[in-house]
Amino acid sequence: MTTAPPRTRAALRPADRVFAGSTRTAGILILVALAAVAIFLVAESAPVFVADPADLPRSPSSFWEYVGPLVFGTIWAAFLALLFAFPLSIGIALFISHYAPRRIAQGLGYVIDLLAAVPSVVYGLWGVKVLAPVLVPFYDTLTANLGWLPLFTPPASGTGRTILTVAIVLAVMIIPIITALSREVFLQTPTLHEEAAYALGATRFEMIQMAVLPFGRPGIISAAMLGLGRALGETMVVAMVLSPAVVISFVLTGSQNPNTIAGNIALNFPEASGIAVNTLIATGLILFVITLLINSLARYIVNRRKAFSGAN
Amino acid sequence: MTTTAPPRTEGITNSLTAGRLPGYAPWALLAASWAVLGIVFLFVQMSGGGDYNIVGAVFLGTIVFDVLIFVVSALVEGRRQARDRLVTSLVATAFIIALLPLISLLFTVAVSGAARFDLTFFASSMRNIVGEGGGGLHAIVGTLFITGMATLISVPVGLLTAIYLVEYGRGALARAITFFVDVMTGIPSIVAGLFAFALFSLLLDDPGIRFGFGGSIALSLLMIPVVVRSSEEMLRIVPNELREASYALGVPKWLTIVKVVIPTSVAGIATGVTLAISRVIGETAPLLLIAGFTTSMNYDLFDSRMMTLPVFVYNQYANPGTDVQVYLDRAWTAALTLILIVMLLNLVARLIARIFSPKLGR
Repeated sequence: MTTAPPRTRAALRPADRVFAGSTRTAGILILVALAAVAIFLVAESAPVFVADPADLPRSPSSFWEYVGPLVFGTIWAAFLALLFAFPLSIGIALFISHYAPRRIAQGLGYVIDLLAAVPSVVYGLWGVKVLAPVLVPFYDTLTANLGWLPLFTPPASGTGRTILTVAIVLAVMIIPIITALSREVFLQTPTLHEEAAYALGATRFEMIQMAVLPFGRPGIISAAMLGLGRALGETMVVAMVLSPAVVISFVLTGSQNPNTIAGNIALNFPEASGIAVNTLIATGLILFVITLLINSLARYIVNRRKAFSGAN
Repeated sequence: MTTTAPPRTEGITNSLTAGRLPGYAPWALLAASWAVLGIVFLFVQMSGGGDYNIVGAVFLGTIVFDVLIFVVSALVEGRRQARDRLVTSLVATAFIIALLPLISLLFTVAVSGAARFDLTFFASSMRNIVGEGGGGLHAIVGTLFITGMATLISVPVGLLTAIYLVEYGRGALARAITFFVDVMTGIPSIVAGLFAFALFSLLLDDPGIRFGFGGSIALSLLMIPVVVRSSEEMLRIVPNELREASYALGVPKWLTIVKVVIPTSVAGIATGVTLAISRVIGETAPLLLIAGFTTSMNYDLFDSRMMTLPVFVYNQYANPGTDVQVYLDRAWTAALTLILIVMLLNLVARLIARIFSPKLGR
């Protein structure tokens, strides 16, 4: 685009070289930083795998026994959050892109973005002081009436600090992420497709079914995965709201809840020393690998359709 | 909708509007279902006691409306229209459901935070404070120092990378950088904190290291990808004609970038940077790990623990003394301060974008 034809190359001034070189250095620095994240995490986790498992916190028979319940809790909480957030986000994105009047649509978008602006520690405080007490009677009703389901096995938690509460707060936190990306994708639906659907006599919902959703499917999928990635790594909400235990349990409303990797690190790191620090870093490495895989997959899906610029 | 229709239409059935609900029908139904549920909840309150549950009334009323509009529309307009109306109301309901936590959160933070939103809070640290009094000055200073340092690191690196990607980058390296910047946006913040800890505890050989600069490094890891993405987008919308005009005058490429491209897009870049700051200023987890917590003022990024506002919120909540409420009040006030800072940054970003953006004739 901006390069001169090869025959008459402009003379490269020293300043040009320096400037181009420094921009390239900055770019390479980012790659180096990402590599350094992996290298230093591996270096600090390495002692865990050669140490005697009995020295690890909680004295498991192996490191994997220590990390197993945490991995389960991480994925379970993030999955629940996505389950709540996904339909809501798609609805909100559709509302903003295709239902709300044009004039106020952008303002509504800002309102949803406000949800993303609230710091996670404030969500944690709100979750444990406002939401959890509100949900206690609701959980009591659930366990009393649906206790035969393995999800709601009694007794109910007396504080409301369960994995379901955590998942609800996490869902609120990832709604703006999924909404922002799917909204952008919905807005890019070719107007001709929409008008063609209307011309066939479709109602607005049928138009969305025929034109908007098929066009936006890859964008929706990757938006959901980015939201999942955020939910997997979210720390403070879990650390503040959950009352954790070392269990693998699907019960949503009890007081024995599986902790997540990030929550476990935040709760134990400040007081940890010696091999315990390395253990926590090793669990962090596992979290890093999980989120890296999910995000790379999501980006790969987005990048196949160049039209969707991700990230914002 | 025909303009040639006769003026007198009362009593005549128009075949085009027959079998349609009148325009006011959804609104009337919504108001009616809210009113009915409001009365039902009033009875519940009178029989069972307790506070009046307005959120429950509005929520259940909306659900009842969703069902009602489907049934009514199915009877009058047929199934296809009914499904359309159902989806319309469900989509609007989704939006309202998302608003509920936002309103509740902002309301709670404002009300609970007001209790200690006083001069003492902004003028004193927690040094030698047990129980009442004390404040978050040390945390506010720490947040400004650590976030400021993170900005100093992230903006040059992020901006230069964006310039590389837009102006120079071709081929595999540029593609790799683009991809990994995208991937970097998804790094969990706690992993960034662990990285900073692992880096400095190995480099400085201190297994219990805690200092402010490490927090800045962790935050810049989270901030750089945001800066790169937003700056890149802004540089891309600078019209190519500007660059070509500059080249035609014999201006070297680097001067073109510095004197033409960047000034044209500086408003957008500033907006992006401000939004990036507002994103990382509320980060808690990495600072909890690497900056630690303290009760005293600390103006030195490179030495000993440094308190920050988010960590202050967490610490006041998690490690209360005997009088729990006093500690909670401080936590809420710090949360309010934090939210105000973030909102202010967002507002500044929008203002910069609105006032200084180049008029591109669109």
